[in-house]
Amino acid sequence: MKFRLPFAPLVALRFLREGRMQTLLILAGTTGGVAVIVFLTQLITQLQAQIVDRVLGSQAHVVIRPAEEVNRRAIDDAGFASIIEPRAQRLRSIDQWENIARLAADMPGVTAVSPVVTGPAFAVRGQASKSVALMGVDAERYRRIVRMEEYMVAGRFAVDGTRAVIGSELAKDLGIRMDDKLRVALPNGRDELLQVGGIFDIGNKDLNRRWIFVTLPLAQSLLDLPGGVSNLDLTVADIFEAQPVADRLRGATSLTVESWMQTNAQLLAALRNQSVSNNLIRSFVVIIVALGIASVLVVSVVQKQKEIGILRAMGASRSMILQVFLIQGAVVGAVGSVLGSALAFTLLNVFSAIYRNADGQPLFAAELEPRFIVMAAVVATFVGLLSALIPARRAARMDPVQAIRS
Amino acid sequence: MSTPVIAPVIELAGLTKAYNLGTPVETEVLHGIDLSLAEGEFAALIGPSGSGKSTLLNIIGLLERPTGGRLSIGGRDTASLSEAEITQLRGRSIGFVFQFHHLLPAFTALENVMMPTIIARGRADDEAEATALELLDAVGLKAHALKKPAALSGGQQQRVAIARALALRPRLILADEPTGNLDTHTADDIFALLREFNRQSNCACLIVTHDPRLAARCDRIVRLVDGHIADDSPASA
Ligand SMILES: Nc1ncnc2c1ncn2[C@@H]1O[C@H](COP(=O)(O)OP(=O)(O)OP(=O)(O)O)[C@@H](O)[C@H]1O
Ligand SMILES: [Mg+2]
Repeated sequence: MKFRLPFAPLVALRFLREGRMQTLLILAGTTGGVAVIVFLTQLITQLQAQIVDRVLGSQAHVVIRPAEEVNRRAIDDAGFASIIEPRAQRLRSIDQWENIARLAADMPGVTAVSPVVTGPAFAVRGQASKSVALMGVDAERYRRIVRMEEYMVAGRFAVDGTRAVIGSELAKDLGIRMDDKLRVALPNGRDELLQVGGIFDIGNKDLNRRWIFVTLPLAQSLLDLPGGVSNLDLTVADIFEAQPVADRLRGATSLTVESWMQTNAQLLAALRNQSVSNNLIRSFVVIIVALGIASVLVVSVVQKQKEIGILRAMGASRSMILQVFLIQGAVVGAVGSVLGSALAFTLLNVFSAIYRNADGQPLFAAELEPRFIVMAAVVATFVGLLSALIPARRAARMDPVQAIRS
Repeated sequence: MSTPVIAPVIELAGLTKAYNLGTPVETEVLHGIDLSLAEGEFAALIGPSGSGKSTLLNIIGLLERPTGGRLSIGGRDTASLSEAEITQLRGRSIGFVFQFHHLLPAFTALENVMMPTIIARGRADDEAEATALELLDAVGLKAHALKKPAALSGGQQQRVAIARALALRPRLILADEPTGNLDTHTADDIFALLREFNRQSNCACLIVTHDPRLAARCDRIVRLVDGHIADDSPASA
C-alpha cells in the first residue's frame, strides 16, 4: 500500500513546494527568528544559572540570626536604615538554637541545616597579622550548605581539635602551607594555635582571605559563646523558593531570617531586567516572524485564487480550503523551528568557541537543552498556524466563480 | 408534451439571476429560465456573447445561487440545501470542463484526474488511481500521466480536464466552451470524447459553444438571447 496524504496536507505541501521562492523566504525568516529566540534563551538561561550558581557557591540559601532588637529600634527612631551600625563587639547566640534548627529542618523545602559560630579574629604569623572571620562549623553538616570539598586545593574539608581549614589567599599572605601552624587572636584576649589541615579556593578573593574554619566547640569557647551559635545556615531544594521559606521561618520564630534573594536583591533585579528585555526581544521577533508568514501567505492566497476556485468547483468545502492554508502556516513554523534550532546550536558552538573567560574556559557551554527545542517547535508551529489564520479565512471566503472567471 | 420516460437530471423553473442586487447598478442577467435536461441528453447552449450562458452554467453547476426561481438537481430542490450540502452535491454529481482547462499546475495529470475523488473521499486510494489511469487511457494520455499540465499541449490539457470531470462518474457534465481555444481539428477530437462518454455513461451534458458546426452535432440546441431562452429544439431540425 502506498502512503497517501489526506487532501489538506497534500495540497498544502504542494502549494508550498510550488511557491519555491516565497516558501524559501518565509522559511528563512522563520528559521532566523527561531534561531535568535532559541539562541538568546539558551544563552541567557545558561549565563543566569552560572551567575546564580557562583553566588550560591559560597552562600547559604537562607540564614537565621538572632533577633535584632536594637537595630529595629534604630530604624524606628531615625527613620532610615543607614544609621544602623552592626554591634560588632558583642556576639549573641540564637536562643534555643537546637529547637530552631529542628524546626527549620522539618520545614518543607529545607534540605539541610548547619549551625555556625562566627566572629572576628586576627590570624597572626610572625610579624604578619590579618583580620579574619573565625567560622566554627560541623564540617559534615556545613558541606551541605557550601560544597567546600569541591573547592579544596590542599587537604580535606575537615576540622577537629585545633585543625583548621583556611583560604588560599590567607595562606599566600601569611606564607602558610599544609600542616603549618597559625595563631588566631581574638579581641577578647583569647588566642589559640591552629594547625592547617586544608586550604580552599572558593573563587572569591575576599573569602579566600577571611574564612578560617575550626570546630564548633573551639569557636564557641574562643568567641565566648559557650553552647551557642551565631547563625543557622540552610539549604533549600528550590533556590527560588528560598524567600517564602525564609518568610515562613521568620513568622514561626520571630528571629532575623534572610534568604539569598534578599541579600542579593540587586543581582536578582538585574537578572529579572535581563529576562524582561529578553522577553521583549522574543516578543518582537515572534511578531515580525508572524507578520512575515502572514504577508507571504496573503500574497499566496491571491496568487492561488484560480486554484482555490478550481478546488471549490470540484467539491472542496470552505473548511477544506481553510485547512490547506492553515497547514501551510503550521508547516512553515514547524520546519522553521527545526532549522532554527539547528542554526541556534551552530551559533552556540561558534560563539562558545569565540568567547572565553580570562582562564580560557568557554563563557558558556555549547549545548542546547531539549526543552528549548520543544518550546521552539510548539511556539513556532502555533505562531505559524495563527499567522495563517487571516490568509486562510480569506481563501476560504473566496468566491469560486470570481476565481474561475478571472 | 409527452411525459418523460426518464427522470430529469436538472430542472429549472422561472430561474432568474441579478447582479449587484439593491444597488443602483442592479442588472438582471437571466430572466425566468425554464429548462430541463434528461438523463443521457447531450445539449448545446449557444447564444451571443453576454447573453448569460456562463452565468446559467455556473448556476446549474451550483457555483452561484440564483436570485429567483427553482433549480432541482436529481429531483432535489437546491434552495433548501446548506452551503456544505451544495458543495458536496457539486463535487459528487457534477463534472466541469472549462474553456481554459483550469488544471492545477502543481499536480500531475494523474493527480488532477484523481482530485475530485481525493476531495470526495478525503484522500486518494488505489481504486481512485486505477480509475484515473483508465480515464487517462481513454482520452489517450496514459503515457503522459505523470506530466504536469505545463508540459502538455492545449488539446492534451483539455483532455485531462475531461478525464477529471468524469472521475466520479457524475450524472451531469457542464462544459463552458471546452473547445473555445483549440484549433478545429483538436476541437473535433475533444467534442468526440465528450460525446463518447455521454453515450457510455448516459450522463446528461450541457455544452456552451460558439461553434455552430459542433452545436449541430448535439441532440438538442438551446439558444440564449439576452437572458431569455429564444429557442430550444432538436439539433437535426
Ligand atoms: N459578477 C458579475 N457582476 C455583474 N455582472 C456580471 C457578473 N458576471 C457576469 N455579469 C454580466 O452578465 C452578463 C452575462 O455574462 P455571461 O458571462 O454569462 O455571458 P456569456 O453568455 O457567457 O458570454 P460569453 O459568450 O462572452 O462568454 C454579462 O453582461 C456580464 O457582464
Ligand atoms: Mg461565457
